[in-house]
Amino acid sequence: MAATEASALSIRNVSKAFPTPEGGEVKALDDVSLDVADGSFMVLLGPSGCGKTTLLRCIAGLESPDSGEIDLKGTRIDDVPVWKRRVNTVFQSYALFPHMTVTQNVAFGLQMDKLPKGEIAQKVDRSLELVRLTGLGGRRPSQLSGGQQQRVALARALAKEPEVLLLDEPLSALDLKLRRGMQLELKRLQQETHITFVLVTHDQDEAMSMGDRVAVFNEGRIVQVGEPREVYLRPRTRFVADFIGEANIVDVITEGGGAAITGWGAIPGESWAADSPAIGDGRRVAAVRPEDVMLTAGGDGRFPIIDATFIGGDLHAVVQVGDMTLAARQPAADATGLSTGGRCDVAFRAGSLRIVED
Amino acid sequence: MARRSTSGRAGQGTWWAGLPGLAYLVALVLAPLVIIVIFSFLSRAKLGVGVKWEFTVQPYVELFYSESLSGERSFDPTYLQIFFNSVVYSLITALVCLVLSIPIALWIATRPPKWRTLLVFLVTIPFWTSLLIRTYAFVIILNDNGPINGALTGLGILSEPIPMLYTPFATIVGLVYSFLPFMILPIYASAERFDFRLAEAAYDLGATKGRVLMRIVLPAVRPGIIAGLILVFIPALGSFLAPELLGGGKTSMIANVIAAQFGASRNWPFGAALSVMVLVIVMLALVAFAVVARRSSRRGSQQSLESLL
Repeated sequence: MAATEASALSIRNVSKAFPTPEGGEVKALDDVSLDVADGSFMVLLGPSGCGKTTLLRCIAGLESPDSGEIDLKGTRIDDVPVWKRRVNTVFQSYALFPHMTVTQNVAFGLQMDKLPKGEIAQKVDRSLELVRLTGLGGRRPSQLSGGQQQRVALARALAKEPEVLLLDEPLSALDLKLRRGMQLELKRLQQETHITFVLVTHDQDEAMSMGDRVAVFNEGRIVQVGEPREVYLRPRTRFVADFIGEANIVDVITEGGGAAITGWGAIPGESWAADSPAIGDGRRVAAVRPEDVMLTAGGDGRFPIIDATFIGGDLHAVVQVGDMTLAARQPAADATGLSTGGRCDVAFRAGSLRIVED
Repeated sequence: MARRSTSGRAGQGTWWAGLPGLAYLVALVLAPLVIIVIFSFLSRAKLGVGVKWEFTVQPYVELFYSESLSGERSFDPTYLQIFFNSVVYSLITALVCLVLSIPIALWIATRPPKWRTLLVFLVTIPFWTSLLIRTYAFVIILNDNGPINGALTGLGILSEPIPMLYTPFATIVGLVYSFLPFMILPIYASAERFDFRLAEAAYDLGATKGRVLMRIVLPAVRPGIIAGLILVFIPALGSFLAPELLGGGKTSMIANVIAAQFGASRNWPFGAALSVMVLVIVMLALVAFAVVARRSSRRGSQQSLESLL
């Protein structure tokens, strides 16, 4: 298994169901497989309830999968108790021990490994330095700001030098400005420590800016894995196109040998992305980004403009095309004559339309 | 100044609402205490009940010395021994209750909320019947022909019954039984507020179950443990029924001696002096608990890595 050897973490066909209060069952994870390359930054992205946190807890050992296998550096760990796994977690709530100081919090995991005192002190110092908290070791968690608590949680997990660091929505409790700073900080930490990071988030910007690779989750399954740019440019399903960035989903039908959009007309061949899946027969859906929908103003335009708003230097417009509405975005300079209640023509940028799974 | 009438906490202006409660406390708690203290410095009535209004410290002398018929005083540790036994029995009771209560309280606190209410309710069920009746039940359970000895001899584990009733063991069993809910409930109240995600974090950092319990859970429920120890130790020290019915007079605790002084012995001043001593012991115990609690919490907060290791 060549793939497994290069992987820090290898997840094979993992499933996990939870009972619901109504007596039914929800599949939190449905046959999930994923490889995480050693020393890489993997982001698990998806809406809440999609199973990404459950997968993280299965890796940590806080949940056990109903079926499937989890390997860490080629060794199976899904039957290893949580306290023996060389994996550590930064929890969403930070879960700092309130009755201990920062130093004691960071030292806790090292004491559990029964390391010599001197080594513990050294590693605690190094971890606090790494997260830039030197000098705050004597404080209690309650005496720290949210951002500082976050750093303590990071230092506590990193001090153990885990094979894989798991981060469960670590930035969701921080305000926007702090979050941006911490995103860069996390990226820096990952690059400095060469530890494999697996981060869970529902924030696509976070996923895009931090991940070496992104795994997009929906309803307990991984729908697409790839580099952030690739996932953005080449969404495989309607869900991915919609969830990452904005997308217009248009119904496409085959008509006279070519493809057409109802209410708009035949789609010129050059509008399709070069590597878009073929339309085949029947009805399919295609995705197109708002910035690839080009509007031209004109009193005799075919489509009414429902809304046109300038946000910053861009025009955000919504146009009625047949039964559907299309969102469009273009630089204000190209948007003269486009206003709410007016009419316009619609074209698609070359190479912008892509058939996606519905 | 415009906000004077609305500032401060709600109810601040209605101090008089506390008067009935205050009057009750003065009349029914403070006054009897004062009477007991006064009685302990008075002389024994020659005939019948009551006291003779003549100041003396004789009752306190009787605590430590006995007087022979010829009027010779000699040191007599009888009562000190009883005090000592009472404190030891109460401490054992409190510790046994603690050990039994921690798993029960934690187990209840980790059930779904719907179940917790029911389980806490079950813990309080013993209060529905008089303690006297429940203590008598232990006479039946523990006696030589009772179910425990019956089962042990019936199974051939014992050739003849072990005498359990009318021993210190029976007294402590009765005390633990009487006061167990007073330990479970405060520990549960603390455990219920415990954030079990902290336990997950500790597991994640490599702590085994025992270490999570000792280093994370117990420090968090410490207020409940201290409250439970006080709530069990103090009433156990003054308990009368269990030593009377189960200890069989052989293992008297201080309350039984006090009862005898006010009853059969007709020595009210000495009974009052014993009561004052109990009061002193309880106050010393409370101070000790407070010091221990303060010291351990301060150690927790100021412990640097160096002192920890």
